[in-house]
Amino acid sequence: MEAQEEFLKHLFKQEFAKMVAVISKLFGLAYIETAEDIVSDAFLKAAETWYVKGMPANPAAWLYTVAKNNALYYFKRNSLFAQKVLPVLKATTGSDENIEMDFSGENIRDSQLQMMFAVCEPVIASEAQIGLALRVLCGFGIDEIAEAFFTSKETINKRLQRAKEKLRDSNIKMEMPPAETLNSRLNNVLHIIYLLFNEGYYSITHNDILRKDLCLEAIRLGVILTDYSLTNQPKTNALMALMCYHSSRLDARQGNNGNYVLYDEQDESLWDRALVEQGNYFFSLSARGEEVTSYHIEASIAYWHCKKNDSAEKWENILELYNRLLQINYSPSVALNRLFALYKAKGREEAITEAETLKLDNNHFYFVLLGELYKGTDNDKAKQHYHKGLLLAKTQADKNIIQRKMDELDKDGLKATKHR
Amino acid sequence: MKEFMLLFRQPPFDHNTTPQDWQALAKKWKDWVEGLTSKGSFVSNGQRLAMEGKVLKPGGVITDGPFVEAREILGSFIIVKAENLDEATTLAHGCPAIDTGGSVEIRPIFGQ
Repeated sequence: MEAQEEFLKHLFKQEFAKMVAVISKLFGLAYIETAEDIVSDAFLKAAETWYVKGMPANPAAWLYTVAKNNALYYFKRNSLFAQKVLPVLKATTGSDENIEMDFSGENIRDSQLQMMFAVCEPVIASEAQIGLALRVLCGFGIDEIAEAFFTSKETINKRLQRAKEKLRDSNIKMEMPPAETLNSRLNNVLHIIYLLFNEGYYSITHNDILRKDLCLEAIRLGVILTDYSLTNQPKTNALMALMCYHSSRLDARQGNNGNYVLYDEQDESLWDRALVEQGNYFFSLSARGEEVTSYHIEASIAYWHCKKNDSAEKWENILELYNRLLQINYSPSVALNRLFALYKAKGREEAITEAETLKLDNNHFYFVLLGELYKGTDNDKAKQHYHKGLLLAKTQADKNIIQRKMDELDKDGLKATKHR
Repeated sequence: MKEFMLLFRQPPFDHNTTPQDWQALAKKWKDWVEGLTSKGSFVSNGQRLAMEGKVLKPGGVITDGPFVEAREILGSFIIVKAENLDEATTLAHGCPAIDTGGSVEIRPIFGQ
């Protein structure tokens, strides 16, 4: 039963996205909501027919036929469509009465690719882009999107509404960008996939399945890009490698009650070796060409993290990579991560000296790291830093981790007094 | 016992489905059909109707799709057995088609 439910959920997500892309491509992005309705309707019919008559041999093909009929039905009865869309279609396809809706594998792939470029148009605000990507490219429900962003359904609905209006008003077409802008547009698409993945990997939701789904969907979108020669660039493969490496630790990272298992404490046997291998494959492909993007460097860092054993070589490499990443792309969180690598590679004192100059006073990870650095040498100072971190932490999972560290510190303190 | 045909009609569109909604609806259909079976009322799930079709109207007008100009679309049908029309109608209660704004038509079958 569970296997069947799992199958249905994935069938819905994948086929929803494919059908919305194909229908929107045929009738225009202005009709994206109608496309969603048409596809939703096909699923409602499936619920009835499949459970009354039994599952068809090819569920996806069944859905395509129903969606096709629904679309024809809708557009025949809709006068706006007859006046505005049909003449354009007739002119472009040369067809008169019969509109061919093409659900071939090739057209599905092209439509999804074009939909990715449309959704990742920079005219749409980026938070709305991720929401729209989740809905239109990944078939997530509004509830799930709201949960992932830790916000209300109304907020998400408004955001999606605005994004769709923007698509309409800016007259964005579903087409591959011309050669001269392909590269910069591809950067946008990669960036949105990267954000989507991070949304899953560092999500504030407690829903583990949702987190994992977000990561896997980001990878699925990346695969679509690698399947197409013009978008299968070294940087695309670097992003894929990065996502595969990180995903290999998803299961090991997952503790009880939505808590994370920290990297140092993870059970290595839970790391997904197949995903690491997959990561290696994409990583080797990313090495073609001259360009080194931040994805390349992040993938390299993730690669070293896939080796559990600490060695001087490992941390010196990671430190070096963080140095380069900071040069390309400075961000406080990268600076913090670099600090941790510095501590591992060069030792406590050097890390403390640099940490004190960083002054990221709004960042709870900063104080957690400082606490970590002072632990064992100056436990009072360590505790003060942990405490500041605890006050700043935003999610319960983070708070739990910090609280545990403080408790351990207290325990150590007790032991120390007893031994005295 | 007589046999009755239950015909399901559902209105199109105007809804936004999520994977969860869909799974929930699929489960309702499954539970409802299983309920009929366990009561011994279920006779046959009939033939499967393909989802494409044409409609011929006066004047030789042919339209695509299994739709007459009606607000509801005929989905599928099953055959159940019951003592009388009222009892057969009672069986139709709880049919998920009604939850999605559709209807169930209950028609006695002649013969036997």
